[in-house]
This record gives sequence, structure tokens and C-alpha cells, in this order.
Amino acid sequence: MSSLNNFWQSYKAITSYALMSLVLLFVGLNQSWALALGIINMSLISAVMALGVNIQWGYAGLFNVGIMGFAALGGASVVLISQQPVTEAIEAGGIKMLLALALGAATIAAGVLLNRRGANRWLILVIVVIGYIFTRYYFSEASSLIEKVDPAISGYLGGFGIPIMFSWIVGGLAAACAAWWIGKITLSLRSDYLAIATLGISEIIIYVIKNEDWLVRGVKNVYGLQRPVPYEVDMQKSEWLQNIIAWIHRSELQILSHSEQIDKLSDYVREASVVFVELCYSGLFLLILVAFIVLSNLALNSPWGRKVRAIRDNEVAASAMGKDIKRQHLQIFVLGSAIVGVAGALLVTYDGIFISTAYQPLRYTFLIWVMVIVGGSGNNLGSVLGAFIMWFIWIQSGPMGLWAVEMFGNYVQEGNSSLEFIEDRVHYLRLVFMGTILLLIMRFSPGGILPEKNKEL
Amino acid sequence: MTSDSIDIINAFALLTNFVILPALSYGSQLALGALAVTLVYSVLRFSNFAQGDSMAFGTMIVILLSGFMIGRGWTISGIPTALLVIPIAIVFTSIYLLTMDRLVYRHYRKIKAKSITIVMSSIGVMFVTGGIVRIILGASPQRFADGERFIFSVREFKAYTGLEQGIALKTSQFLTVTIAILLVTFIFYFLQKTKTGKAMRAYSDNKELALLSGINPDKVVQITWLLVAGLTTIAGTLYGLDKGFAPQQYHLLLLPIFASVIVGGIGSPIGAIAGAFLVAFSEVFLTYAYKKFLIYLLPLSMHPSSLVQLIGTEYKYAISFVILVIVLLIKPTGLFKGKVIVDE
Repeated sequence: MSSLNNFWQSYKAITSYALMSLVLLFVGLNQSWALALGIINMSLISAVMALGVNIQWGYAGLFNVGIMGFAALGGASVVLISQQPVTEAIEAGGIKMLLALALGAATIAAGVLLNRRGANRWLILVIVVIGYIFTRYYFSEASSLIEKVDPAISGYLGGFGIPIMFSWIVGGLAAACAAWWIGKITLSLRSDYLAIATLGISEIIIYVIKNEDWLVRGVKNVYGLQRPVPYEVDMQKSEWLQNIIAWIHRSELQILSHSEQIDKLSDYVREASVVFVELCYSGLFLLILVAFIVLSNLALNSPWGRKVRAIRDNEVAASAMGKDIKRQHLQIFVLGSAIVGVAGALLVTYDGIFISTAYQPLRYTFLIWVMVIVGGSGNNLGSVLGAFIMWFIWIQSGPMGLWAVEMFGNYVQEGNSSLEFIEDRVHYLRLVFMGTILLLIMRFSPGGILPEKNKEL
Repeated sequence: MTSDSIDIINAFALLTNFVILPALSYGSQLALGALAVTLVYSVLRFSNFAQGDSMAFGTMIVILLSGFMIGRGWTISGIPTALLVIPIAIVFTSIYLLTMDRLVYRHYRKIKAKSITIVMSSIGVMFVTGGIVRIILGASPQRFADGERFIFSVREFKAYTGLEQGIALKTSQFLTVTIAILLVTFIFYFLQKTKTGKAMRAYSDNKELALLSGINPDKVVQITWLLVAGLTTIAGTLYGLDKGFAPQQYHLLLLPIFASVIVGGIGSPIGAIAGAFLVAFSEVFLTYAYKKFLIYLLPLSMHPSSLVQLIGTEYKYAISFVILVIVLLIKPTGLFKGKVIVDE
């Protein structure tokens, strides 16, 4: 028993990753490869997001409760970058909208400049209020003009029509800008102000995305986004895929008659095309994840990383050594949020659809937090492992809950109203379940599964 | 009345009905919630993210109990049944909060964890509580007010004063303001005059010194949670009587409540109340459509054609956030100087 424990202690990381792979392999063999790859892809994206959070929490102890907002910024930038522009809408209200936004920006700039010059506060207030009223007037006119253009299909300005990969960078930048602004205001204050402010900003970002239809169609969703990988239909027509599939299944196909062969083969090819597309996504996401891990591990082991850890472990001592703590925290907060933004963009790219109502704190903020804490805060590999474990549990807990209800339902009569009632409510169990996991890990194993090695204890 | 004359009385009747009365009752509800956050912050030293969902929990108990009472016909005409069951609901909420304290927060107090760790655990509690409420009552909005809806209605007011624009006083508004005043008076009396209240303040000011002078820390913590349970349940119920119950709405109340606490100066009870009214009045004033108000005040030629709404109603939570940011930029300690807790 103790030798087993020793083995676990020394090969923790490898063992847990191997176990996770076995579980996914099991899903692939038993259910379907497309499903297993789907889980892997979502886990990879979550892992990128968890990495961003881990950089903030594990490296610097910054508590970001607004992950959802940063992810939504990333998602919205996918729409704004990759969608084709809607020319009619731009003709109808594009210029007006641009003017309204410029007026708003000018008002803010004037306010800030006058404040710096030390002008009379009331004068500044009057200028800002008047500027705001005019901005709002033009703005609402422009947005209603834009939203009137073919509201069932477009009703928004569209995007720039640039390849979707660029939106990942833009998503990161957008999140970084929001984080810079928030960090600048709150990081020099008490530690929980950051938490409150991030909670606020993420709710507001979601409100803007849901209500400003001219921007990203609000709750009407944006369908048919570009794809960075080939479409399944095109893959089914490609000869090399057909040849490979025919070769793999040659012994099985040989014994069938010709017409049966064709049917069977097209079935296999259809299945293979889905798997192939998923694999393309996996490769892409894995590349990005590995790049982020390598970069952040290099950074953590550099002089910069030592400074970061020194500040985290003892702020007073670090500041006595002349380290600028506020600057450092701002840097890390911006970096982490940018990574979350990139992950948000990846997620929308993978979904191929932008759904503003999908941004719920439970999934984006809370699930990611549980991933980081379960995996081991401060350890990048831990966060990735946590992402895989928690996403798997998250995705399986829905069907498992329903299965439990059905088992229970066998004892109750069919069509019983109380059964519907339970089915309706059962998915809220996830809230309780996730919350309990978080509380238990924090209480009994604060280091998580793979604790950080460098941490001073 | 012809529409081209200027009519100040009607304009202000309109404003009272649609802005001042709603803002007053909303402010009172926020003030009670903010007071609960302040108590937890001063005594237990963390920002309680579970406040909004705890309010939903307390309200849920009230809804269940009053449903039971109404089912049995145990009601008093004219008074919302919810009011009658509040004391029992407070007991349940106290038990729930004390259990959470025993299971979650006590451990972190013992190991003297950083306050941000406790904040994080309070987020865990927030999700567990929110989940429980949604499992029991579902996520869809519902109303549970019964009894008389109005102290006096628009029609009665018009008949009495002869004004064109009526003012209605909703029972929920009247109850909210009255109960809030009574409760706040009680809390302040308790903190200032009673022995337990003084012990709480001493514990909050200087923990070590309080322990030396023989104050029992467990008792202080328990009393705090009892007070918080009372404030939470009453605030939640009053908000629900006024605007209906919806778990998500209660969850989001966290934002204006935190804004109130920080604007007033975190840790200062007076500040929390002042902050709550500031946030409530700004929210209602900025999202009100002034079209009709201006029609009363301006000559015909200047009548506005648009709604004259400064900010869309959908952004009302953004207002509390903006106030929060402005205060943090200009005066981070808040209007009434609060205290800053340093990790031990």
C-alpha cells in the first residue's frame, strides 16, 4: 500500500494524465470517437481559459470573478472580425453610428483632459452631461436605423470579413484592454475590490452584447461563422479519405456485394469525415495550448517569474526590495485576461455560432475556477488536467442526472407530473454539485491534485 | 387641463409616483442587504458574495410558508401573509447560515486564511445556495404578494385632490419603508447600547484586544449571523413583495448591494445606508423616461418627441457599477470613511 502511495507521489502528473486518457479512450471505444474528440476539444479550450485564470490566481493571487465577461469579449470579436460586412446596414446607419461613437469618445476625452488641467468640476460635469445627451440621441437613431435592415437575417453591421484566425488575437487584445482598465482602477485598492469590479464588468459586457443588436445581433445569435478547418461535406468528396477508409475496412468490405460495399463505405466515410474535422480542431487547439504552456512556464522560471512569485508569497518583503507590486499585478491581470479572451474566441470558433445567452457565470466563471482549484492552483499542468477532469464530469453529469431521474421514473407512473417537475429542476443540481466540489477541495486539499512545486510552505 | 400650459404640481405628482416612491422603497431594500454585507465584513472580515443568493433563500422559505398558510386559509385580510411568516423564516435562514458558517467559514477563521480565500469560499456557498433555491422553487419568476395592493390607489388620490396625475402608494412600498426604518433603528440601538452589540463592535475594531478582555468570539460570530439572517430574510421578502421573486434577479442584486457598501465606505453601517439610497435614486432617476414630465413643464412648442430616457432600463445594473467605479477613482474609502482590513 505504501509503495503504491510512493508511486503516486512521484508519478502523480503522468499517472493522472494517463488515467484521464484511458477514460477518454473508453468513451471513444464505447460511445463514439466523434463524442470523445468533442470532449477533448472542449477540454482543450477550457484548459486555455483555465491557464489564463491560473496565471492570475496561481502566480499573483488575483481573484477574477468576471471570466465570463472576458470570454464574451473574445466571442464577440470573432463575429466582428470574421463575418462579412452587411453593406445595406452600413449605408443606412454606419456613418451615423461612427459619428455617435466619435462624439462619445470626444466627450470622454474632453472630460479627462479638462480634469487633468484642473478645470472647474462643475464645468466638466456640464460638458460631459451635454456630450452624453447628444451622443445618446444620435446613437439611438443610428442603432434603430441599422437594426431595421432585414432584422430576420442581419439587422447588424456585420464584421470585417477577415480570416477567423485573426479574431483570436483581436479577442485577446479586447479582453486585455478591458482588464487594463479594470486593473488600473482596482488593483491599488483592497484585494476583494478586484473581485467585485470584475463581477460588475462581466455582467455589463453581457448586457451590452445582449442588448445592442446593431453590434452582434443581441439575443438573435449569429449563425454560420467561418471555419478554420474544412467542412465535413467537402471531406466526404475527397478521394484520399475514401481510399484510406476503404483500406482500413478492406477485410470487412471484401465479403460484401458491390452495392452493399458502396453503402457501407459511404457510412464509414461520413463518420470518418466528422472525426477528421474534430481532429483538425484538436490539432489547432493543442498547438495553441502547448504554446501558451511553454511560454508561461518559461516566463515563470525566468527572473520575471521569480519576481512574480516573490511578490505573491510576501508582498511586503518584495516591495521592500524595490519591486513595483501594483505594476506587476496589472501586468499579470492583463496577461491572464488576454488568454481568457483568446479562449473565448476559440470557443465561438469551435461552436460555429455566437449565442449571447450562453454566457452564464456558472459555466464560464465558476466551472473554470473549479478546474483551476481542482487541478492545483499555480501549476499550469494542473490547470490543464483540472480542465479535462471537470469538463468530463460537467458533460457527463447532465445525462447521469437524467438517467437517475429515469431510473426513479420507472418506479413512478408514466407521465406523472412530479417526474416532469424533477426533470425540469435536475440540472440545477450542477450548481450545488460544483459548489460543493469547490468547497471540499479548498477545505481538504487546497493544493489540488497537482500542487505547485515552487510554493513556499 | 390643456396641454399647452405649464403644470408644476402635476409634474411633481408624476415624479413622486414613478420615481421618488419606487426609489425610496428600492433604496430601503438595498440598505437592509447592504447592512448585512457590512456586518459580515466588519465582524467576519470578508465580502460576502453569497448575500444575494442568501436573500433568495430567505425569500424562498417565506414563499413556501406563506403558500402553506394561504392553503390552509390562515390569513389576516389586508396584510400580506408573507409578513406573518417572516419570524419563522428568519429562524430557518439563521439555521442555514450558521450551518454554512460551521461547515465552511469557521475553518478559514481558525487557520487565519487570507480574506480573498474566504471570499472565494463564499462564492462556493453562493452557488450552492443558488442551486438549492432553484431546485426547490425553479428559476422562473413568481409573485407571492397577497392582501391589499394599495394603501391608496391612483383613482382615490385623484378623487381626493382633483389632480390629473395620480399618486398611488403600494402596500409593499409603505411596508418596506416602515419596516426598514424600524429594523435599522433596532440594529443601531443593538450595536450602540447593548452589551452584545458593544462586544461585536469591540471584536470588529480589534480582535486581539477583544479576546483579551474576555469576549467570546464564537458568540459574537453567532450573533452576527443571526442579525444577518434577519436582515437578509426581511430585505429579500420586501424586495419580492415589491418586484416579484426570481432567483437570477436576487443573484444580481449583489451588484447594487456591493456598490452601496463601497460607496458608503466599506465597514460603515451609516455609509451602507447612505450608499444604498444613492445607488437606488441614481438607478431610478437615470432610467426614468422624462417625456411626460417635460410635457407638463414645457410649453407646447418645446415638447419632446422621444422618451427622454437618459439610460435604457436594461442597463440599470451598469449604473451601480459606474457609481462604484467613480467612487473608487475619486474617493476609494467611500463617503463615510470605512475601514480597511489587512490580512493577519
